[in-house]
Amino acid sequence: MVYFLIIISAIFVNNIVFSQFLGICPFLGVSKRISTAVGMGAAVTFVLTLATIVTYLLQKYVLAAFGLEFLQTILFILVIAALVQMIEIVLKKISPSLYQALGVFLPLITTNCCILGVAILVANGTWAAKIPGAEPDLLQGTVFALATAIGFAIALVLFAGIREQLAMNKVPKAMEGTPVALLTAGLLAMAFMGFSGVV
Amino acid sequence: MSKALNTFTNGILRENPTFGLVLGMCPTLATTTSAINGMSMGLATLFVLVCSNVVISLLRNLIPDKVHIPAYIVVIASFVTMVQLLMQAYMPGIYETLGLFIPLIVVNCIVLGRAEAFAAKNSVGLSLLDGLGMGLGFTIALTILGAVRELLGTGAIFGQKIMFSIWGCSFNMEDYAALIFVLAPGAFIALAFLMAAVNKLRS
Repeated sequence: MVYFLIIISAIFVNNIVFSQFLGICPFLGVSKRISTAVGMGAAVTFVLTLATIVTYLLQKYVLAAFGLEFLQTILFILVIAALVQMIEIVLKKISPSLYQALGVFLPLITTNCCILGVAILVANGTWAAKIPGAEPDLLQGTVFALATAIGFAIALVLFAGIREQLAMNKVPKAMEGTPVALLTAGLLAMAFMGFSGVV
Repeated sequence: MSKALNTFTNGILRENPTFGLVLGMCPTLATTTSAINGMSMGLATLFVLVCSNVVISLLRNLIPDKVHIPAYIVVIASFVTMVQLLMQAYMPGIYETLGLFIPLIVVNCIVLGRAEAFAAKNSVGLSLLDGLGMGLGFTIALTILGAVRELLGTGAIFGQKIMFSIWGCSFNMEDYAALIFVLAPGAFIALAFLMAAVNKLRS
C-alpha cells in the first residue's frame, strides 16, 4: 500500500516539474516534438533510477560512515557525470538500438537538476516526510526515484503534445517562444494542483 | 575601459541570464515565492559565479582540454559547498527555505555556461566583471519576479504591506491578493508575463 502511495504522490501530487520545479531546462528545451520528448523521458527515467541507487549507497556506506557529509555535493555531481558517461559506453556496446534512441539525450542529462535533486532528496531521506508511512530506505527510495522520473516523462510528453499544437497558432509577438511556453506550463501546473490532497 | 564596462553591463541588460539567455529556470521559478527569497538565491548564485569565474580563469592554461568539464564542475561544486556551509551557519532561516536549491546551484546552467563561454577564454579581471554582471542580472531578475509574486500573492513586498489611496479611495493590496501567485502555477504565469513585457520593451 505504501508503494502505491509513493507512486501516486511522486507522479501526480508532487510532480517534479509542476510542483517541485526540478528539470525545467530540459522541460522547456526538448519539448517541441513528442518523439524527442519520449526519448528524453526514457533517458531520464533510466539514469535517475540508477543514479539514485548508486548515490544512496555511497551516502550510507562512504560519506555517513566516515563523517564526510559535507562532501555530498561534490561527490554526487562527479558520480552522476561519470555514471552518465558509463551508461553511454555500456549502451553503445550492449544495445546499439537503445543507444540510437537515447544517445543524444545522455550528455544533456548531467546538468539536469532533477537527477542531482532527487539523489540528494533520497540520500538525505527528506522525501519521505510528505508521504504517510514511507521509510527512507533503499527500496522505497528507488521506487520514489522511478516514480518521480515517470512523472517527469509524463509532464514532458503532455507538454510536447500541447506545444506541437501551439506552434500552428498565432501568438502575440512579445509572447512568442518561451513566454507562451511558460504560460502553458502554468496552466498545466494548475491542472496538476487538482491532485493535491489525494495522498 | 569601455570593454570592461561592456562586459559588466552585458550580463545585466543585453544577455540577462533570465530574460535574455533563459538559463537557470529551476531556481528562478522555485525560489521566488517572495522578494527576499529571490534575492537571497540571486546573491548565493552571484557569489558562486564570481568565485568560479575567477578561479577558472586563473587555471585556464593549466586545465587539460580533455578533462575541462569535470575540472570546472569540481571548482564550482567546491564553492557551492562553501556557500551551503556558510548559509547553514549564519542564515539558518533562509537556508531552510531555499533548501534543496542551494546544492543545486552546481547544476545551474549559468555558472557552467559562463565558465565555458567566458572564463575559459578571458583574463581574470574581465572574468570577474562578467561574473559580477551576470550574477547581478540574475539577482535583479529574481528579486523582481519575487516582488511581483509576493505583491500579487500576499499584498506585500519584502514583507511590507502595500497600501495606497487614489482620489480618496484607499486600497489595501492584501484584499486583492490571489494565493495562486505564491503557489507553483503562479511562478510560471508571472514569469511568462514578465518575459513578454521585457520582450516588448526591447523591440
